[in-house]
Amino acid sequence: MIRVENVSKTFFVPHEVKALDDVSCSVKRGEVVVIIGPSGSGKSTLLRCLNRLEYADTGHIYIDGVDVLDPKTDINKLRAEVGMVFQSFNLFPHKTVLENITLAQLIVRKRAKKEAIEKAMFLLEKVGIPEKANVYPDQLSGGQQQRVAIARALAMDPKVMLFDEPTSALDPEMIGEVLDVMKALAQEGMTMVVVTHEMGFAREVADRVIFMDHGKIVEVGTPEHFFTNPEHERTKLFLSQIL
Amino acid sequence: MAERKVVKRRNRHYFLWIGVFWGVLALGIGLLYFSTLKIEYVWRWYRVPQYFLYKANIEIRADIDGDVVSIKPRSSGVIVKVKGPSDSAEYTVPDQSYLRVQEGDHVFPGDIIGTYSKWKPGLLLVGLYTTLKVSIIGIIFGIFIGLVAGLARISENPAFKWWSIVYIEIIRGSPLLVQIFIWYFVLGTLINTLLAKQGLQQLPPIYYGVASLAFFAGAYVAEIVRAGIQSIHRGQMEAARSLGMTYSQAMRYVILPQAFRRILPPLAGQFISLIKDSSLLGIIAIRELTKATREIVTTSLQPFELWFVCALLYLILTFGLSMLMQYLERRFIIT
Repeated sequence: MIRVENVSKTFFVPHEVKALDDVSCSVKRGEVVVIIGPSGSGKSTLLRCLNRLEYADTGHIYIDGVDVLDPKTDINKLRAEVGMVFQSFNLFPHKTVLENITLAQLIVRKRAKKEAIEKAMFLLEKVGIPEKANVYPDQLSGGQQQRVAIARALAMDPKVMLFDEPTSALDPEMIGEVLDVMKALAQEGMTMVVVTHEMGFAREVADRVIFMDHGKIVEVGTPEHFFTNPEHERTKLFLSQIL
Repeated sequence: MAERKVVKRRNRHYFLWIGVFWGVLALGIGLLYFSTLKIEYVWRWYRVPQYFLYKANIEIRADIDGDVVSIKPRSSGVIVKVKGPSDSAEYTVPDQSYLRVQEGDHVFPGDIIGTYSKWKPGLLLVGLYTTLKVSIIGIIFGIFIGLVAGLARISENPAFKWWSIVYIEIIRGSPLLVQIFIWYFVLGTLINTLLAKQGLQQLPPIYYGVASLAFFAGAYVAEIVRAGIQSIHRGQMEAARSLGMTYSQAMRYVILPQAFRRILPPLAGQFISLIKDSSLLGIIAIRELTKATREIVTTSLQPFELWFVCALLYLILTFGLSMLMQYLERRFIIT
């Protein structure tokens, strides 16, 4: 489904740092992969490279056989197939919840208005806040906003969902509601790549866990292997610090 | 709900200072008045209204030598037919009561056939109208130019970006007065001469005046637009693009509607400046409010009254605009 081959990315602003250093990995269809690692390890950058929000310097990325880094690729078409959920929700504040979810359906997928609204209501039902359809995002709690953001991404019928620290900006009591939606999604067989600090989620839902540090993948494994019997010293140190 | 009594705690001398405010204001006006008396200036406020509206005497005069052969009432007025030995003419007088001739009268060229009076807008109103007109047209074109230049300014295309930078820097770095001269005396001469060579009609100065204002405002609007767009968190653009929207779709549906609300207040300030800057257009013979006032002053010899009235009229325009902008702002923030 996703294949990442020898991808590197260097940032020059504010100072030169190699965010991704020869990273290779893959995600199978229906698989849930959780990427963890200390801040600055490049895990968000890797995720953002997958739909070209960051343009990788070298290497290859294929999603469903489509070459992401090929300039000839229709990036908008590809992005419509790849849902993304951000740490800071990024809902459109000038539009209602319903409009947030229907906007891209109407102008990118070119769906009929009725169909788009039905889809939006179905998804709002699914994330548990159908009664909020006509309010503006700033009237919602952080957890509700993030659930709307998930619904907005799902409305495009994506093949893959990318989650960039979806719970990091939330109050502790709201993290659960968002993780529940993500768990349900995983159980339905959605292919998911999740950058998170929620180790409970990783242990429970992930098929595989990737540990990154300094732009490199240090260790990949199943959650049991990863949490109970990590091989690398760096992984052990990281886990001992956060668990 | 319990009624809450608002107790405003005021400074002990609050009312004293209110008194000081009005007192100093009155003193200033009084001093001005007193000193005008000293130089024997005679205030004649009653002369001002005629420059807003005045009753014009309109005389319809014969321009041939002949006899009035018929007077026929029509829906548009009364048609007076004059027939001379070699030619004839028809004159329309709006009403029977305005007639000064009868059937059979002999008229010479210059004789009055009918006379009546009519209310006409005075120079001040004409000037105000021109100021309003050039400002509104200037603002509309200014917004359009500014939007295009602002979007070009943040474009990654070097051609668009550099054109925009050059335009903005040239306009902002030179005085409006000089720009008006260039528009009129350089570009105007060029264009009008070229038009004349093609046998076409020349453009009147007001075209060049409006163009100079629009391009001047456009440069400032461009910077306001750029700042407005850049103030929108980049996550908004990322979210829109991650859903598969193109750059222009994201701009149109996500970024610009949000930026518009932030742009409104500085835009209002820019438009108020534009109205005031239009006072410079008098130098290329556009009779806007300031030019009109100057003309009246030279004939009426009442500069004090008229310049105060002129300032007041500008104040009404700018205040009206700022009220309108506040209304728009409130409306857009609520929805």
